[in-house]
Amino acid sequence: MNKVTWHMACYVDDIPEDGGGCAFIGGKQIAIYNFARRGEWYATDNQCPHRQQMALSRGMIGSHGEEPKVACPFHKKTFSLQTGQCLNDDEYRINTFPVMVKENRVYIGL
Amino acid sequence: MKAVSNTRIVVVGNGMVGYKFCEKLLSRKKDGQDFTITVFGEEPRAAYDRVHLSEFFAGKTADDLSMAGVEWYAENGIRLFLSDPVVDIDREEKLVRSHHGHIVYYDYLIMATGSGAFVPSIPGVEKDGVFVYRTIEDLELIQSYAKKARKGAVIGGGLLGLEAAKALLDLGLEEAHVVEFAPRLMPRQIDEAGSRMLQSQLESLGLQIHLSKSTQEIKGEDRIEGMQFADNSSLDVDMLVISAGIRPRDEVAKIAGLETHPRGGIVVNNQLQTSDPFIFAIGECALAHHMIYGLIAPGYEMADVVATMLTGGEKEFLPYDMSTKLKLIGTDVASFGDPFVEEPACRTIRYENKAKGIYKRINVSTDGKTLLGGILVGEAEQYNMLLQTCKNKTILPPDSEDLILGSRGGEEAGAGVMSLPDDALICSCEAVTKGMICHEVGENGHHTVDALKKCCKAGTGCGGCIPMVKDLIAGVMKEKGVYVRNVVCEHFDYSRQELLDLVKMNGLRTYGAVLDHHGKGDGCEVCKPLVASLLASLWNENILEKDRAVAQDSNDRYLANIQKGGTYSVVPRIPGGEITPEKLIVIGQVAQKYNLYTKITGGQRIDLFGAHLGDLPEIWEELINAGFESGHAYGKSLRTVKSCVGSTWCRFGVQDSVSFAIEVEDRYKGLRSPHKLKSAVSGCVRECAEAQSKDFGIIATEKGWNLFVCGNGGAKPQHAQLLASDVDKETCLRLIDRFLMFYIKTADPLTRTATWLNKMEGGMNYLKAVVVDDVLGIAEELERDMQNLIDVYKCEWREVVESPELRKRFTHFVNTPIKDPSITFADMREQKRATEWA
Repeated sequence: MNKVTWHMACYVDDIPEDGGGCAFIGGKQIAIYNFARRGEWYATDNQCPHRQQMALSRGMIGSHGEEPKVACPFHKKTFSLQTGQCLNDDEYRINTFPVMVKENRVYIGL
Repeated sequence: MKAVSNTRIVVVGNGMVGYKFCEKLLSRKKDGQDFTITVFGEEPRAAYDRVHLSEFFAGKTADDLSMAGVEWYAENGIRLFLSDPVVDIDREEKLVRSHHGHIVYYDYLIMATGSGAFVPSIPGVEKDGVFVYRTIEDLELIQSYAKKARKGAVIGGGLLGLEAAKALLDLGLEEAHVVEFAPRLMPRQIDEAGSRMLQSQLESLGLQIHLSKSTQEIKGEDRIEGMQFADNSSLDVDMLVISAGIRPRDEVAKIAGLETHPRGGIVVNNQLQTSDPFIFAIGECALAHHMIYGLIAPGYEMADVVATMLTGGEKEFLPYDMSTKLKLIGTDVASFGDPFVEEPACRTIRYENKAKGIYKRINVSTDGKTLLGGILVGEAEQYNMLLQTCKNKTILPPDSEDLILGSRGGEEAGAGVMSLPDDALICSCEAVTKGMICHEVGENGHHTVDALKKCCKAGTGCGGCIPMVKDLIAGVMKEKGVYVRNVVCEHFDYSRQELLDLVKMNGLRTYGAVLDHHGKGDGCEVCKPLVASLLASLWNENILEKDRAVAQDSNDRYLANIQKGGTYSVVPRIPGGEITPEKLIVIGQVAQKYNLYTKITGGQRIDLFGAHLGDLPEIWEELINAGFESGHAYGKSLRTVKSCVGSTWCRFGVQDSVSFAIEVEDRYKGLRSPHKLKSAVSGCVRECAEAQSKDFGIIATEKGWNLFVCGNGGAKPQHAQLLASDVDKETCLRLIDRFLMFYIKTADPLTRTATWLNKMEGGMNYLKAVVVDDVLGIAEELERDMQNLIDVYKCEWREVVESPELRKRFTHFVNTPIKDPSITFADMREQKRATEWA
């Protein structure tokens, strides 16, 4: 990755603990996950590549072994929150983005 | 038998058995053993599946039917000569000579020449338009000739003959006749009553059957024009397929001076050696135990016997069970053991159902203890069990008719597949026993049919044993693996039922608490909704409060059904399907205002589609203000209680079904369960509400109400069964309380009541004993638990509408109030629809 530009996406409260929310940043839909159980934040594309649905932020998050993941609410394709790789279908992959939390604000690096 | 290094093997014949021999020899080959294998085949194609030859007409190609391509032979170092039959064997020099002049020396020679069609010597068989039914080439010839033919006949009413006749119809002939010399069809498998049943099934498909007919002459100039029979009748046809049996291909064996039987077949001993100890014969060319085994399973067994011996093992070919089950043009036909033994040598039990085209016969030993054999026509589900019962001489239950009729009251007959001995042969084609399958499942972790096919080849032959293989997998898992597959997921090492008990005992009310106390890791899309459902079933608190919202599945998360494109649909509750004009108008106004597609559902309510996530709270606010409640169409919970109009209007109605339906729906609304629940109340026996297809259904009688449970529509329809009859309303509700609570407490996740009952040991009798007779002494507790849930019910949408905190989550974006710009619709019949998946 080259130079990252940080965009303020929302406040910490806007994303439910152990859930996700979607931010509109520069015309892009970014899913942001507050993985409170681990004290981690993740961000990915909001679009699931399987049926091009804008829904990943509404998916359930969790873990597969040590791998943090999100499940698309449509057909339960699951994706690694770290690498973006689809865990139950090699064909698919989503983009992941760096997240920075500072003074109750959530920033996404694009 | 001593195996020398680099043994030269020549296989004469490349049919299914010849191929299987090569495969078995390679797989049984031990370190240090080396074989040079040469195969000669007469046909231009490598071995293909002749058993399913008729599927060639159904669109299967030669490739589909192929056992293994020519590459397979090359990869395994086997020299394969096709279109090149062996014409001479020099036993002195131990060499064979082929049609094309190839000379190959052998240490062992395997005759696998199979059989050809038996063509009776009827004057005129040489005419154009007369065919046999044996190879793909034969079928291609038939196919092309059929284009200009109108009427066809088949000589031979055996399996192949009947398949050939059906093929003629499928090829577009106007008439297809079957001419059989014997007084019945499939004379080697079934008796006359079975034949009559089969005949009526086949006639309903358009075949014309002529029994006890001996063909005397085939008429016509150069090409067939008709058939003349011995009884002076005749039949005009312009093509004929002869399928009158098989004739072992023993010509080359004869030339070589091997012993053959006057009626055909190369004589072999129990080791399948011919009169020359270096020459073996296997498959349909071999005459073992004084008979030709014209089935694939014994052929494979023969291949295995010889392969075993040539690789240094010991095995002999024993008289083989000729039981068989076939799917004959859509009709099951099976026979096993001794199908024809007659009284007084046995007791025969027959069942005949002409309306359904079912005939069953079993022959039981005179002491009533063992099964000797039987015949099944029209329905052969019990074949595998009966065959095993017969082969293993299992002691029969006192009412042996239960074997074919099923149990009529009392416990189910037999103890199922797990009661078989370990050496019971499950897959006859590949000689796989119950013990081997159980070992693979239990010890080696092969838990699926596909895995078993790979590791032990079970089910790869005719496929008839697959249902039994599945039962064995389930049985072993239950016995050994126990909870291995039944635990929730990697995060919870418990079954749903165990987890429910733990959560209840510890009074846990959030997903996080359940995970901390009883689980590990961070949860997933399997355990989250499951635990969320348990919490709702136990406490009935709002499913979006505390940490529960993010543990809900797609629909419960936003209390609406997610649809294609990412919008949601809204279903207000309309109890019993009764609605006032005022409320109808409100639904219409809401639909207009938010531009929603409207449709009447199957459950007598109205679904509003295409709502943006952000609009849901406002839509519901308007609906709630008009007196609506959540319909829980999004939940694994009570959906609707459908009703017919009943005695208030209907001239046939005997009770007020609508009032009762509303009462039932109001009682159980919002109840979360392992899967969705549907119900209905009918006002009379005409059953217009279709209560017998519901999880619980009520039908009015003159004296009260009949309660049915565990019905299902959907993918696998199942009729509900009677739990109680002529009960009053109070009793009916009490029984439903117990029934539903028992289901909620014991069912596996995402299991409908019908499946739950099907898996329940003891079935309906047990369920009745628990719910009606209270044999477990839990009825009071079940009723109390249900009453607690009913007492704390609140409309969850009202709670969301009234809570700013919950409402806040209903937005697509967290940083702007705009709606999802990617959502688009298309027009259809003056409404909108979701745009198609990309």
